[in-house]
Amino acid sequence: MTDTINTQQTPALRPALPLPEAAARGLAAVGGLATAASAFLAWTYSSAFPGDLTVNGYPGGLQWVTLVAGLLVLLYALTGYRVPGLRWLAPGGAEGATVIVAFGALATTWFTLIAIADELGGLANLASGGWVAGIASLVALLGALGLPRDGVAADADNPLKRVVGYPGKRPDLRPAPALPVAVELLIITLALALGLGIFTFGIDTSYGELFGGFLITAVFAAWALSRSGALGRLTDITSRHRVFTAVGAFVAAAIFPFTQNSDANASIGVNLLIFGATALGLNVVVGLTGLLDLGYVAFLGVGAYTGALVSGAATSSLHVTFPFWAAAITGAAVSGIFGVILGAPTLRVRGDYLAIVTLGFGEIFRIVVNNLDGVSGPNVTGGPNGIPNIPDLSIFGFNLGNAHTIGGITLGRFANYFELMLVFIAIIVLVFSRSSSSRIGRAWVAIREDETAATAMGINAFRFKLLAFALGATLAGLAGTVMAHVGFSVVPDPFVFAGPVPPNSAFLLAAVVIGGMGTVTGPLIGAALFYLLQAKLQFLQSYQLLLFGIALILFMRFRPEGLIANKQRQLEFHEDETESAAELSTAGA
Amino acid sequence: MTDITLENSSSNSPATGTPLLEARGVIMRFGGLTAVNNVDLTVNTGEIIGLIGPNGAGKTTFFNCLTGLYIPTEGQVTYKGTVLPPKPFKVTQAGMARTFQNIRLFHNMTVLENVLVGRHTRTKEGIISAILRGPGYRREEAESREKAMALLEFTGLARKAGHLARNLPYGEQRKLEIARALASEPGLLLLDEPTAGMNPQETRATEELVFAIRDRGIAVLVIEHDMRFIFNLCDRVAVLVQGEKLVEGTSEVVQADERVIAAYLGTPYEATPEAGAAGEADGSIPASDAASDATPDATPDATDATPEEDQ
Ligand SMILES: Nc1ncnc2c1ncn2[C@@H]1O[C@H](COP(=O)(O)OP(=O)(O)OP(=O)(O)O)[C@@H](O)[C@H]1O
Ligand SMILES: [Mg+2]
Repeated sequence: MTDTINTQQTPALRPALPLPEAAARGLAAVGGLATAASAFLAWTYSSAFPGDLTVNGYPGGLQWVTLVAGLLVLLYALTGYRVPGLRWLAPGGAEGATVIVAFGALATTWFTLIAIADELGGLANLASGGWVAGIASLVALLGALGLPRDGVAADADNPLKRVVGYPGKRPDLRPAPALPVAVELLIITLALALGLGIFTFGIDTSYGELFGGFLITAVFAAWALSRSGALGRLTDITSRHRVFTAVGAFVAAAIFPFTQNSDANASIGVNLLIFGATALGLNVVVGLTGLLDLGYVAFLGVGAYTGALVSGAATSSLHVTFPFWAAAITGAAVSGIFGVILGAPTLRVRGDYLAIVTLGFGEIFRIVVNNLDGVSGPNVTGGPNGIPNIPDLSIFGFNLGNAHTIGGITLGRFANYFELMLVFIAIIVLVFSRSSSSRIGRAWVAIREDETAATAMGINAFRFKLLAFALGATLAGLAGTVMAHVGFSVVPDPFVFAGPVPPNSAFLLAAVVIGGMGTVTGPLIGAALFYLLQAKLQFLQSYQLLLFGIALILFMRFRPEGLIANKQRQLEFHEDETESAAELSTAGA
Repeated sequence: MTDITLENSSSNSPATGTPLLEARGVIMRFGGLTAVNNVDLTVNTGEIIGLIGPNGAGKTTFFNCLTGLYIPTEGQVTYKGTVLPPKPFKVTQAGMARTFQNIRLFHNMTVLENVLVGRHTRTKEGIISAILRGPGYRREEAESREKAMALLEFTGLARKAGHLARNLPYGEQRKLEIARALASEPGLLLLDEPTAGMNPQETRATEELVFAIRDRGIAVLVIEHDMRFIFNLCDRVAVLVQGEKLVEGTSEVVQADERVIAAYLGTPYEATPEAGAAGEADGSIPASDAASDATPDATPDATDATPEEDQ
């Protein structure tokens, strides 16, 4: 009887499994250790499975991922024992994070085992090491589920949060005192290096299964770090050294091509950056101003076509060759003008109507460029064939089409464009962050929050919405000019509303929404995730839109604010409330 | 309700100056419904004017007509002698700022940012200077922040500058709306039920705040259902009933006016046979001509008044 009453009052504070605490901790730690150890055993008898998991004593392929996942479980379990030196991993409590990483280890391991059984034909292909891994990860999860909860009993209706506690409210997380500057800068550097390493590993994965396992572990690890408060601490530190962090992030990104010995990943990288830059532009419109634009990819198209037309390509109907800086400015400006032309009539309507009208304009763009081929209209865009053979850029006599050797490392064509695009991203990030934190950005956010109140505060809503539209279009146009050169040719196909390959309006919107509207890093991370997913999981091609839809639904259900929640700083402003929440939870426990 | 003292309003009423806001013959129709019917109102500099009336009388609609949210069907609104354009942002630019009956803050912005948005019309740096961040931009931004903080200090919200607006308690949200409106440096402030949902202490504090605002040289036009608040504060009170201005005058005049009492208490239900005795006992007002064409006879009066209320 009393039990049921307790369950109703504090559902999130009871462990999911009724285990003695010591046993639960022990199981989690041992399970994590055994999972990690199993990576050194043979998992299958046949080397036909990619990565060769038949070797005893040395991990291969997916076993490396399992090893990392198992070690993470062990680390978080040990943090629960208050092992000295591990406190930084979980300033906000280790239990919820242990559950999350244990789920991650289980998912990674079982994903591997199922992939083996599926590809080689049956469970008989699993060697003893595989069974050990599967059972060990299950034991770790059972142990973790028996741990006492560290969450607040809020949001008990959310099943996800009922299991792992509430990720947003970390009861005993107090703002940490600032460390010496040198130490903080070192931490940021290490975090960036780690980020680069993880990204490089992910993009280097040579087969879909490995990327799948990597992604599962990475997502759960990131979630656990956020849940345990470690990520929050890191954010506190980076927010004290914004410029250093931003410059460091760009340096880390610039180093990326140097870690590659082929140009294939740089090609993925540069397209990812173009996608990310466009997503940031869309973020001005959707994230800051709250205007749902379903035809945004058209502005990328305007930039790309403009860039191609002035590139000096033989097939361009304008036989002019602009130097690149002029081409970039022209592309951005023309796109911006198109933004105003499209915005002026469409922005008179609000909400759903705006979404439909922009969707229509996006399609009109594609159909128009498809028809300006000299047959059904003047020859401007080359119709369905587009503008092929766009010459490579040459900046200060540096031809981006040729491979160059810098410091003994050869940077191929795509690597050159990657570095160029990085400069553009830096500009776009600067423009975005400065405009969003200014009088203009405040007006945009005010319009998003309450348009009537915004106009009553003296904001000319139409004008500022038009400005947002124009700025967003300009940024996309800038990315488009680079895109024209990277892709050798510009054709109408990519500029659709929805399709399996980015960029298209639906993917751009998803990158912004899932990444975190109104933030700088959110859309970039969202874009990276989406781009890598489709580039790496080619075998899912036909299911991609389905999975994409499912992912969107899950996100809107469980984390509507996106990966990077805006106003994270609200936590630091609400010490008093966090404290009272802590008192409440201790009183309840 | 009728026996409150009037020291406050009489002691504080300053010499009223020149006309600031003049509404002439404002009519607002929604289809067949005339929500505001031929209302005239003048607010002079340095005045606190009250606008009262029963629910649905058209007070908020009248506010919306003044501030450009609605375009009046007929009539004219002038501010400092010039006709106001029917665009809310131009009205604010001209010097009239308002608050809303149903709080309309920017919930996901901080308290300080809300007030900074209020400064929009008094700042002018554009997108280019926001990106370049030249000295002019920095100066303006610093000045805005300083003035916004001063306003938060003035309204007692400085401590909460970094909080998200949606996390403020109700009373403070209302104060923040006032601070945000003041940030546009208005000559006339329009408050729509600033004390709705407040406890008596908070209401008292709001009274002080309104006096302090007037002392800064800002005229105030305030809608309120709290009569004590209105009669304490206002130099003049206008009563709106069913879209029409019934009376306008000093607190004493309005309080003494029988039609006002009738409009508020209503005659129909108290005149029904069951409540008849009670109604006569505390109302003790004979049905007046203006309240409606009420007849002394109880039953026809009730049937008469009911359709009238539905309009
Ligand atoms: N946009 C609108 N469309 C149609 N009718 C409206 C509209 N706005 C207000 N009304 C009507 O006009 C009348 C006056 O409403 P208003 O909100 O101005 O009253 P009020 O005096 O502010 O009342 P309260 O004291 O309850 O705030 C009401 O009958 C209302 O239903
Ligand atoms: Mg009202």
